[in-house]
Amino acid sequence: MPELLTRTELNPCKAEPQKLSIEKSAAGRRGLRLPASGRPAGEHLPAEQLRKTAPKLPELSEFDVVRHYTNLSRLNFSLDTHFYPLGSCTMKYNPKINEELCALPGFAAAHPAAPDSAAQGTLEAMHNLEKLLCEICGLSAFTLQPSAGAHGEWCGILLARAYHAKRGDAARTEIVVADSSHGTNPASAALGGFNVITVKSGPDGRVDVAELKKHIGPRTALVMLTIPGTVGLFETEICKISAAAHAVGALLYMDGANFNALIGLAKPGDFGVDIMHLNMHKTFSTPHGGGGPGAGAVGVTKALEPFLPAPRVALENGVYRTKSDYPDSIGRLRAFFGNTGVLLRAYCWLRQHSPETLRLVAENAILNANYAMAGLKDLFPAQYGGWCMHECVLSTDPATTGGVRTLDVAKRLLDYGFHAPTVYFPLIVHEALMIEPTETESRESIDLFVAAMRAIHAEALENPELLKKAPHTRPVKRLDEVGAARQPDIRW
Amino acid sequence: MYTPHTDKDREEMLKAIGVSSFEELLRQIPQELRKSKFNLPPALTEPELAAHAAELAAKNSRLLNFAGGGAYEHYIPAAVRALVSRGEFVTAYTPYQAEASQGTLQAIYEYQSTVCALFEMDASNASLYDGATALAEAVNAALRITGKTKVVLPQALNPQYKRTLQTYFAPNRAVSFAEVSCKTGVLDAAALETAAQDAACVVLANPNYFGCLEDADEVSRIAKAAGALLVAVVNPASLGAVRAPGSYNADIAVAEGQPLGLALGYGGPYLGMFACKKEHLRHIPGRICGITKDLDGKRAFVLTLQAREQHIRREKAASNICSNEALCALTATVYCALLGPAGMRELAELNLEAAHSAADKIAALKGFKIKFGKPYFNEFVVECPGDAAQLRDALLQDGILAGIPLGDMDSSLKNCLLVCATETKTPACLDALAAALRKHANA
Amino acid sequence: MYKPENCKYTKTHEWAFAEGGVAVAGITDFAQHEISDIVFVELPKIGAKTEQNKRCAVIESVKAASDFNAPVSGEVAAANDALAANPALANQSPHGDGWFCKIKMSNPGELDNLMDYAAYQEFIKQPAQH
Repeated sequence: MPELLTRTELNPCKAEPQKLSIEKSAAGRRGLRLPASGRPAGEHLPAEQLRKTAPKLPELSEFDVVRHYTNLSRLNFSLDTHFYPLGSCTMKYNPKINEELCALPGFAAAHPAAPDSAAQGTLEAMHNLEKLLCEICGLSAFTLQPSAGAHGEWCGILLARAYHAKRGDAARTEIVVADSSHGTNPASAALGGFNVITVKSGPDGRVDVAELKKHIGPRTALVMLTIPGTVGLFETEICKISAAAHAVGALLYMDGANFNALIGLAKPGDFGVDIMHLNMHKTFSTPHGGGGPGAGAVGVTKALEPFLPAPRVALENGVYRTKSDYPDSIGRLRAFFGNTGVLLRAYCWLRQHSPETLRLVAENAILNANYAMAGLKDLFPAQYGGWCMHECVLSTDPATTGGVRTLDVAKRLLDYGFHAPTVYFPLIVHEALMIEPTETESRESIDLFVAAMRAIHAEALENPELLKKAPHTRPVKRLDEVGAARQPDIRW
Repeated sequence: MYTPHTDKDREEMLKAIGVSSFEELLRQIPQELRKSKFNLPPALTEPELAAHAAELAAKNSRLLNFAGGGAYEHYIPAAVRALVSRGEFVTAYTPYQAEASQGTLQAIYEYQSTVCALFEMDASNASLYDGATALAEAVNAALRITGKTKVVLPQALNPQYKRTLQTYFAPNRAVSFAEVSCKTGVLDAAALETAAQDAACVVLANPNYFGCLEDADEVSRIAKAAGALLVAVVNPASLGAVRAPGSYNADIAVAEGQPLGLALGYGGPYLGMFACKKEHLRHIPGRICGITKDLDGKRAFVLTLQAREQHIRREKAASNICSNEALCALTATVYCALLGPAGMRELAELNLEAAHSAADKIAALKGFKIKFGKPYFNEFVVECPGDAAQLRDALLQDGILAGIPLGDMDSSLKNCLLVCATETKTPACLDALAAALRKHANA
Repeated sequence: MYKPENCKYTKTHEWAFAEGGVAVAGITDFAQHEISDIVFVELPKIGAKTEQNKRCAVIESVKAASDFNAPVSGEVAAANDALAANPALANQSPHGDGWFCKIKMSNPGELDNLMDYAAYQEFIKQPAQH
């Protein structure tokens, strides 16, 4: 334990909280200088169009700005600096080459309204990416337009709506989700104008087919499932589930947030999935950027293809074209093509893989999660028996840990230099700790993490108060979230 | 590829797990679902990938660009790129563990403050996907706040934004859109007065898609008199010199934040900016960061007001958004900090200067005229002597993207070209555009 | 104070204190403990119609949003502005300054559908309520 807490990466030199940029401001100080125009705005615009008071922005030198944001960055845990086993978020290594390639001037300077003839390189990459995703998922077509996973879910919901409407079936007003689903599933369904029906998970953490059948029927438009589920398990009965959904005329949607467990191993199209989304910022290695941008490609079977959002990329006589003449399309989801920069990174990542190495991604993700679980489950019980997929869901039992809760364990992990796992999700697991190491972590880093968790468990028994006040070594201690919400201070 | 395990690692890890083969871990996936073949092109090594990507990038034409229409070419300062490519920002997740994410959180707080300062509004969120989806969220909030169902749009709203709104609200049959003519380049006040009756909101695009600045006070007055909320869509690069939405009493203001330091990148990732008056705080979609104190009373930052969001409220959430555009928001924040109030004013002045100078040069060409006589920021509509799309295509041969033809938006504007000139366009660039237009118009 | 002994209770932990055709409504001490620190309440507008056991307000803590169901049907006659300004009142004084709203009852007979104090005390002892 002392060894764990004295690792050099924990405090290379202690990072301190920073003043706000506006508090560092000095009147009249300048950063970037642009070539002077010399003509005030009033020479071009009438007085009533002119801004009266300057915006309250900081006045800083360029060096001030560089030092300020560099120092801010040092207050963060990140993948590049720390193990980050955040369950369901797939915090895998983000290859540096992808950052470099998507910033090539040919890609970065392309205007979205440029005619197709001037954007052939980007369009070719996007077309190739669509085809690769189709092959990996066993589906017939992909759209790259959605900006994130939730945007993709909502796209999928509109596709289901359009599909049933086209068949003249207006009675399908319900979407069935599992109680373990991400909150975005019911939120997207509601946004799509559907009533949300929640199915209770079975005792093994999976969807209970008999229970599901009670909730689906002629009113069901879509069954939405996360595969593998948020408890880290594959839906072993998936073929029965898809058959049951199809038997009542409903479609099956797969939330592909956890696709990292399946890539190169199995194709969702083979399970009877009709629509799915993939998170480029999870399985496909694009960085999370502190909360985004992501991209949420959506794949469909042949029957759903006519409804995909437009424009779409088509290859005609060796030329890539953006086409919008799809009469049944659900329309546009955003102003321009998509989060192209993110999609280019995902394309680069995919092109570096063969079928064998893709399979290794899934296999090592599964191996690492089970290895972490095996090292911890005697102290932090696993909610469900058996092996897990790419993530394991453990729990803290306050009754045996001196009242120490999952939140306290999570905060104490920060002192040991590990980002906490996802906590208190899925909602159906009491005191949940959801651990996803991903395939890019080495055995050594998981060993260290397991050792830290075990040390924390020992601390809980000896000195629970230490944990309840953790973290002790971060730039700030535990925060008053209630005060923040009661008296919102959200701007200077 | 990026998996570190050696054969020995795998073997020992399987042993520690207590299985004799990896196969045992996979039993929950039925055997018949694991027989797929994957037909993929040969894997590329990093040097091969770099060559492949460079080859693709070279297939995009590098053009002297006068297209705007919602995405604008601006100079991106080197310090912006350097700071936002730091791994500590790029490879962090959403700041769920606040004590380990103070850098990202403080940056979000500074972003929200920057948006409020630029817009003269009370409250901002941490970002949305892009300008179009930000407008959709704003309209959605206005519908919920007012309980009404009619939305008034200007004819000169970015057509992509219009289509995005149509997609967003297709599931809700009660919602209707009324479009108000902008025949003179700006909203027709009399038509607006009629349309605004019983409306949930009036959308004011300022500048609008024709580049024109509206009589915002008059539009605001009409909206308020009808009991509708005013939703403003603005260009943040203009706000160093042009009036901010708060000054004309907008209830919600949104923008595409791409002009603030983000690459054009063929459409994304961009930045949806969203701000509103404080009475609508609980209707803000997405994440918000706030100030609080830690156990020692030290100032700190944390995600707050989360009970509005999908992970808590599920189907009753204000929006379904989860991942947003955090790194793009950071980019805009750093950009505005580098420019400061004086830099933002100069940026706006330079854009005004470049666009007005371009317009003067084009108006002097035979057969060309500036379509609308209204004030404008950095883009304007040119009426060409012939089909604008054909002319645009002809200029591509000279390496110039002359603008966006408007015939697709409205067939009566077939000869019209939307031309944008930002601070990146020197007098020599403008001369090149004018010369090429003259050459191809006469050809 | 609306003495707990003189109130009637819903199964979703709201109380009603009826007097002269008007019921004052709030959440129980048990509920405020379960929700923990209340950071925001969205109260109904005066004149809004309520229906017994249907949502008429929302309570937010840092980690959850809960519905506040009207204990009786009727029309909202008053809403507690002091609570809206200081939601912690619902934690500090759930039966006093932390009241939510006053409802002019359309069917006072509905009060019979609610539990009395003793029944409610029994109800919250059942393990399922924890």
